[in-house]
Amino acid sequence: MSSKATSKNTLIKLGTGDKVFYAINTIFLGLMALIVIYPLYFIIIASISDPDAVLAGDVVLYPVKITMDGFKKILERSDIWKGYLNTIIYTALTVVLSLIVTIPAGWALSRKTLPGKKFWMIYFIIPMFFGGGLIPFYNVMSSLGLINSMWAIVLPSILSVWNLFMTKTFFESSIPDGLIEAAKIDGAGEYRVFTALVLPLSKAILAVMALYYAIGQWNSYFNAMIFLQDEARYPLQLVLKEILIASENTTGGSGETILQQYRMANQIKYVSVIVSSVPVLMLYPFVQKYFSQGVMIGSLKG
Amino acid sequence: MQKVNAGPSSAAPAQSLTARQRKTRRMWRHLRENHPFLVMVFPAVLIVFLFNYLPIYGVLIAFQDFMPGDQIIGPNTIWIGFYNFTRFFTDVQFWPLMKNTFLLCIIGFVIGFPLPIIISLMLNAMKSRRAAKVLQTIFNGPHFISLVVLVGMLNLFFGRYGLVNNIAASLGAERVSYSLEASAFRPMYILSSNWQDFGWSAIIYIAALSNVDPGQHEAAILDGATRFQRVIHVDLPAIMPMVSVMLIMSIGGLMGVGYEKALLMQSDGNLGVSELIATYVYKQGLTGVPNQGYATAIGLFNSIINVVLLIIANTTSKKFSENSLW
Repeated sequence: MSSKATSKNTLIKLGTGDKVFYAINTIFLGLMALIVIYPLYFIIIASISDPDAVLAGDVVLYPVKITMDGFKKILERSDIWKGYLNTIIYTALTVVLSLIVTIPAGWALSRKTLPGKKFWMIYFIIPMFFGGGLIPFYNVMSSLGLINSMWAIVLPSILSVWNLFMTKTFFESSIPDGLIEAAKIDGAGEYRVFTALVLPLSKAILAVMALYYAIGQWNSYFNAMIFLQDEARYPLQLVLKEILIASENTTGGSGETILQQYRMANQIKYVSVIVSSVPVLMLYPFVQKYFSQGVMIGSLKG
Repeated sequence: MQKVNAGPSSAAPAQSLTARQRKTRRMWRHLRENHPFLVMVFPAVLIVFLFNYLPIYGVLIAFQDFMPGDQIIGPNTIWIGFYNFTRFFTDVQFWPLMKNTFLLCIIGFVIGFPLPIIISLMLNAMKSRRAAKVLQTIFNGPHFISLVVLVGMLNLFFGRYGLVNNIAASLGAERVSYSLEASAFRPMYILSSNWQDFGWSAIIYIAALSNVDPGQHEAAILDGATRFQRVIHVDLPAIMPMVSVMLIMSIGGLMGVGYEKALLMQSDGNLGVSELIATYVYKQGLTGVPNQGYATAIGLFNSIINVVLLIIANTTSKKFSENSLW
């Protein structure tokens, strides 16, 4: 290279090293995207392919002998739809109650004039790092008479301390103090300030919280498993657990019967994964803006 | 106001009394003006009291010979001191449980902690903002899949006649039921966790990276730094505070590994490595013949380890950098 290289040449020279970097970067991230997408894609093509073709390994990149049998079969599964209905009820109740509990509390905690603010902060921080554990929790639920009640699923889920602090941080960073002062000078009380002024400015946090609580409840199975005995009250995830997992981890029978069971059950599995995840995954691209916002609000605290 | 006068220091001069009176009056006025905040915070206080603090009180049964249905403190309570703890430490299951829990956590941490950092740096270094956004959306997707579905997917893909075995068989390999295979448990657990959450965990770093001063990059370019050098010397230092905070948090939660998922993945074949402290607590306390005092003691032992780890991590971080949780 000539030492009299023009500035344009230097730029290009710098570029070659970077070109390699950008290429590796893009290829690696592209591969990661494939790794994320392919299993999801496979579930979809397997659900609409002939089950024999799936078992034989013919379905890899595209559906084979497209059939909607799996979806027809799942329409007949009353346990899934009952679970679906239960989950919708539990989720709706959780969202409504959690907003009623979390939002006002977050607002109060964000105010410097909350009486005993320091005490309440510590009160809410301790459970983030220490708890009684599973058995004492179960016993509390039991003595509250919540065993086998749908409130055992709803009530413990209506307040997450993380979400509470996220809400508090949101209010601290996004409601201008001057606005509140002005309203008070105009004679508005604290309740009126909250309902007429703060709430309309808090759509973002309301959306984030509603979604966090909703997804949490939609996807949870553990509390339902330990508290509900009556199958008619099972949420969707618990029904799915029976379908997807309970049958899988036991051995027995000859290879032939296992294969037979697989043929019958597999399609249902692929379809039930889709049917149960679609509401959440469909919603996700539209609300992802809010979700990331939520994480960022949380990160301000750190 | 008489209340204020009463007390051992009744000989105090009148002036300080009025000052104290004024203070009390101010406090009452403050309370009267701000009591709506107490009303607003009350439902949350109640919920946390019921579902977080009452169980902490219930931990007392770890020190009792407790049968389900007993009162926590009553006339018939049998206190047995640390018997449940010593019983656990001498249990044949103790070391396997410790080993399983620690190994799963530590291997998971070694892979799961740096990955989101690397991904966020790479996404941030992409030339096309638009492509980075699309990739991020894709990476976040699996976060919203439930544990039951995730483990169900693992069973479908790694089952005896699943995709992985089909591909392996076509290459001439033996079919293996991975869900029954002890050696497959940790890799499947950890890789699927990372598959599900690496994108989600990267968001927080991506947010921090978006605040990097572009002037620093321009200066580095003038100095002849390549894009890769800028990632190492500009971007990475910018997210280091966030990295330490996340490090402390994840060390504090190390032993709180997702037992709900482990429970779903357990099978007769892999129980030797998939039985964790927390899943053992569940089985001892809530299944079969319940052994609640014992299970509570084990759970308490686990949370104490967590708190200790958190304190160690925080103090260490405080010593070597300015970053700490408190």
